[in-house]
Amino acid sequence: MTFVHQNGVKALDGVSLTIEKHELVGIVGENGAGKTTLVRHINGLLRPTSGSVLIDGADARGTSVAKLSRKIGIAFQNPDHQLFSESVEHEITFALKNFGFDDALIEQRLNWALDFFGLKEYHKSSPLILSGGEKKRLTLASILAWDPEVVVLDEPTVGQDAIQKAKLLEIARTLHSAGKTIIIVSHDVEFLWSLQPRLVVMKRGRVVEDGPCAVVMQERELLEDARVSQPQLVALYESLSRRPASPFQDVSQALSWVSGERR
Amino acid sequence: MASKGPEVPLLSVEGLSFSYLDSPRAALTDVNLKINRGEIVILAGQSGCGKSTLLRCVNGLIPHMYPGDYKGRIVVDGDVVAETPMGKLAQMVGFLFQNPENQIFMFSVERDIAFGLENQGLPRQEMRRRVDEVMGLLHIEPLALRPPHELSDGQKQRVALAGIIAMRPNLVILDEPTSLLDPKTASELVSLVSKLNKELGITFVIVEHRLELLTPIADRIVVMDKGRVVMEGTPTEVLTNPASSTHGLAIPPVFSLYSELAERGSRLPRAPLTPEEMAQELNAP
Ligand SMILES: Nc1ncnc2c1ncn2[C@@H]1O[C@H](COP(=O)(O)OP(=O)(O)OP(=O)(O)O)[C@@H](O)[C@H]1O
Ligand SMILES: Nc1ncnc2c1ncn2[C@@H]1O[C@H](COP(=O)(O)OP(=O)(O)OP(=O)(O)O)[C@@H](O)[C@H]1O
Ligand SMILES: [Mg+2]
Ligand SMILES: [Mg+2]
Repeated sequence: MTFVHQNGVKALDGVSLTIEKHELVGIVGENGAGKTTLVRHINGLLRPTSGSVLIDGADARGTSVAKLSRKIGIAFQNPDHQLFSESVEHEITFALKNFGFDDALIEQRLNWALDFFGLKEYHKSSPLILSGGEKKRLTLASILAWDPEVVVLDEPTVGQDAIQKAKLLEIARTLHSAGKTIIIVSHDVEFLWSLQPRLVVMKRGRVVEDGPCAVVMQERELLEDARVSQPQLVALYESLSRRPASPFQDVSQALSWVSGERR
Repeated sequence: MASKGPEVPLLSVEGLSFSYLDSPRAALTDVNLKINRGEIVILAGQSGCGKSTLLRCVNGLIPHMYPGDYKGRIVVDGDVVAETPMGKLAQMVGFLFQNPENQIFMFSVERDIAFGLENQGLPRQEMRRRVDEVMGLLHIEPLALRPPHELSDGQKQRVALAGIIAMRPNLVILDEPTSLLDPKTASELVSLVSKLNKELGITFVIVEHRLELLTPIADRIVVMDKGRVVMEGTPTEVLTNPASSTHGLAIPPVFSLYSELAERGSRLPRAPLTPEEMAQELNAP
């Protein structure tokens, strides 16, 4: 598929990509590569200029955004483009009410979301007064609260400290093992390395690589060309004169290898 | 680092407390902080701990634009912020907002970058030179004539940064400057900060969660928690302090590895700030 913005910018230039049910996919690439433009096609917010988007095998062109949105939740890159309610609580319950969840379930999902994303004390506040990271968490909360089948998160770690990032990692893993399909656009290579998704690399509107995170993150030249850095543990691994067969997944793996070497 | 002296700090925060008008609790409580000329300081801490609020106090948005309960004072280069007009502060303090959309509004990228310079009353030729220079530094020449609102989020962030750096303020404050940048642009930004600091003596205060990017060039990390400053020191001091992870600091993986090794009695001669430095230590016979 191809997508040309009204101003003539070709943001997507012949993209072919298949994502299976239950997959966990990360998308990386330089600023302006077309990542946001691509994911906005998944729930029909944008329609391709040529080519097509198939959801569950059916052309998305024939399905309304409202219908696609029942299945696909997208948390936007910029919270200000998503948040619109007068209170944090309304923001989270809006979709739940819209989709006709019953009151008890709405209450339960609301409490879960407020609690998980550390927003409890603001539930009556206007989203406008939240800090940057809190706003971002509210966008995530309002999508994850209604438990969509397909979860699309555009830069979810922006503004998040290490404690919040660890929670995001946890929720992504939990949803993935619960059988959801998860697509995460991110510049945060350390986060992606912890998550180990299938990794899609984009550049100038095209998909230039697609494979397991552990493999793709070792393709130094390709990454360089796509303006993506290697995670620290991969960079360390590649600079070692003696090293194990594959890069360290986490610090404790690195630690046991290094300790062994130094004994 | 450029002319750095303990004499008169460039920025001094003295007993500052602030509560937003309709907020039940204080956003800042008795904050004391000094930033010296030529320093690069990282401001870190959990989301919601008051980092952006503190920055708003430095550039005067608080108390000039945000109503609330304000105690204590901030002095920037000899001027007390609460008593200095916003226009003057804008010339002294370059400020990158957390959300770049809050500060780009002209019809084209280059007009947007020139906006602050026009307010400074610079001659046209010098304006042109500076605009071209910063567009080059941030790789946005191809976007020069594009309307900023049609750019990707990371492109917007670069444009906002360019506008600030073009003005060459003494003090530059960046609120999560790399949050929307691709990794290569983020590390180029880090080099750019280091270069502007060394060559022009610009002082930087930077809020950043991705510490792996900035620790190699920072002089100091200041950690906040619930509106207070709770820890400060060199990157090595702060990152090896076990309390730092309870404040939500993301310890860079090679740094964790260094600390864990030290704990097991295998201390490397120096704390590595990059994976390459770590590898050098480990490769040494
Ligand atoms: N509303 C718009 N109107 C016109 N052009 C746009 C618009 N939004 C984005 N573009 C352009 O489309 C291209 C792809 O943008 P997109 O937002 O998809 O990039 P991205 O990969 O998400 O980048 P980032 O990492 O900066 O978020 C860029 O060249 C951008 O300038
Ligand atoms: N305009 C406002 N009115 C009322 N309360 C506010 C306002 N802006 C921020 N707050 C509150 O003040 C506290 C500190 O917010 P601040 O934006 O300074 O945090 P922060 O450390 O920058 O967080 P983040 O890392 O998420 O950006 C938060 O609890 C926030 O909800
Ligand atoms: Mg984007
Ligand atoms: Mg903030």
